[in-house]
Amino acid sequence: MMAGTMIEARKLGLGGRLGAVTLDVAEKQVTAICGPNGAGKSTLLRLLAGVLTPTGGEALLDGKRLHDMHPRARAREIGYLPQEPQIAWDLSVRNLVSLGRLAHGDAQSAPVDAALEAMGLEEFANRPVSTLSGGERARALLARVLAGEPRFILADEPFASLDLAFQASLARHLRVQAHDHGRGVVVVVHDLTLAHNLADRVILLDDGALHADGPPEQALSPDNLRDVFGVDARWLGEPGGYVLFPLG
Amino acid sequence: MNRITLMLVAALALAIPLSLVAGRAWLFGLDRPDAWLIIAELRLPRALLAVTVGAGLGAAGAAMQGYLRNPLADPGLFGIAPGAALGAVLSFSFGFAASGWLLPIFALTGAGGAMALLALLAGRGGGIALFTLAGLMIASLAGALTSLVISLAPNPWALSEIVTWLMGALTDRSWADVALAAPLTLAGIAVLVIAAPALDALTLGEDAARSMGVNMDRVLALLVAGVGLTIGSGVAVAGIIGFVGLMVPHLVRPFTDRRPSSLIVPSALAGGLLVLVADAVLRMLPLVSELRLGIALSLIGAPFFLWLLLRLRRGSGLGLT
Repeated sequence: MMAGTMIEARKLGLGGRLGAVTLDVAEKQVTAICGPNGAGKSTLLRLLAGVLTPTGGEALLDGKRLHDMHPRARAREIGYLPQEPQIAWDLSVRNLVSLGRLAHGDAQSAPVDAALEAMGLEEFANRPVSTLSGGERARALLARVLAGEPRFILADEPFASLDLAFQASLARHLRVQAHDHGRGVVVVVHDLTLAHNLADRVILLDDGALHADGPPEQALSPDNLRDVFGVDARWLGEPGGYVLFPLG
Repeated sequence: MNRITLMLVAALALAIPLSLVAGRAWLFGLDRPDAWLIIAELRLPRALLAVTVGAGLGAAGAAMQGYLRNPLADPGLFGIAPGAALGAVLSFSFGFAASGWLLPIFALTGAGGAMALLALLAGRGGGIALFTLAGLMIASLAGALTSLVISLAPNPWALSEIVTWLMGALTDRSWADVALAAPLTLAGIAVLVIAAPALDALTLGEDAARSMGVNMDRVLALLVAGVGLTIGSGVAVAGIIGFVGLMVPHLVRPFTDRRPSSLIVPSALAGGLLVLVADAVLRMLPLVSELRLGIALSLIGAPFFLWLLLRLRRGSGLGLT
């Protein structure tokens, strides 16, 4: 067992979408959850975030069952970023980010300013979110999670609608959060190349079950990719700059 | 207190005294011997009732739009107002409405029944989609039962009474109605204010709200209780008054920071103001019989709704809200 705090999944499952998955995610590293469409990536992330109630097994934070914890106590520890959330009302960026303090009960506090600054959003603070570009919006949504100062950041495909520059900048931000601020970062990533270069560890799911779990080069090995995606491919390049090359 | 709240409080402080002197008989100089009687026993309770009913509708509308994350939500759509109306119509049908207390008690029971059904169907992790469907179903069931009771009315007088009452009005109301509706409405608005921070979290959707520590079952319970108290007591004393709950949050929202929590109290104040002014204006119109408040507000409300839909079509949803 690793030192420090962690979120543990013990035989965690949800109906027909996710079987009994056992694993743990630790602080201070970036963990990517990968797999084909429908493999159960988002389901696993939502169960680990405590926003879904498992039908089997349990998810624990520091040994406490997520569903026995007070929702607000859980929210202070685990921040969750849903996939491309619709923002129902045209809030200002500052008010959007300050939602991250809801579980703490101090909306206009220093962490909000710190989160705005970390995401480079100070000049946008009073702008309505509808006026932001896609990349600025993604940063504002991540800043909302950071404002809560959680120990874990769980993000569902945060890269999905971002262009290359914003993908790179978001990847850098997530790595800083894990390596410099000691947070546990768990991201569902569709793009395997991005996952390989971003993550310290990859969880590969297939059909609702855990297929591989380990360092990217191991979990995303050509053998595993063939088993899970049915595609022959190999990795080109070197640490920090891998490219996945499909072989026909 | 922010600026819009202060402005609305000031407007109400101006409008209430004005509505006391306004009417087909203007009471400026108190030169009529019965002027005080008219003000104390007729116009003052009527004005307070208008503010109460409007405040309940405005606050409930703002909260419903926040909960459903939808600017087109109206508290009347979700079964509680039709449930209250069904209760009231039953009291007419049984001939109980002549007693001052039985009609509102029947209406409140109807609202309570609709609330219980709504909580039963949509509670316990049912989610917002289920809530909407359950509410629409209860509304349609209560509407059908109301029509059934009307069609089985024992005599033409009961029929005419029911139909007139359903149109919604504040004529001939007394302090007893104020004593019934005001505490319940205030309690309902207080419950909605308690739910407000969770409504802010829902801006980003149900999953995000849960992850922010919001207990969705608790929010649903608060919402059903708050809307039930405000709308149930409003229908009990004034009948069905449509569109206020839909319109008012839209009129107020541009003057706030657009967080659902910033909208509830100003919407209550603006709803009170709108119903008070509408009722006073109707009272003065030179018509043979007074235009019913519910009809008049729907006459304003329906075109407003169409205009809203046109704006939604043209712009993005975000631009509007």
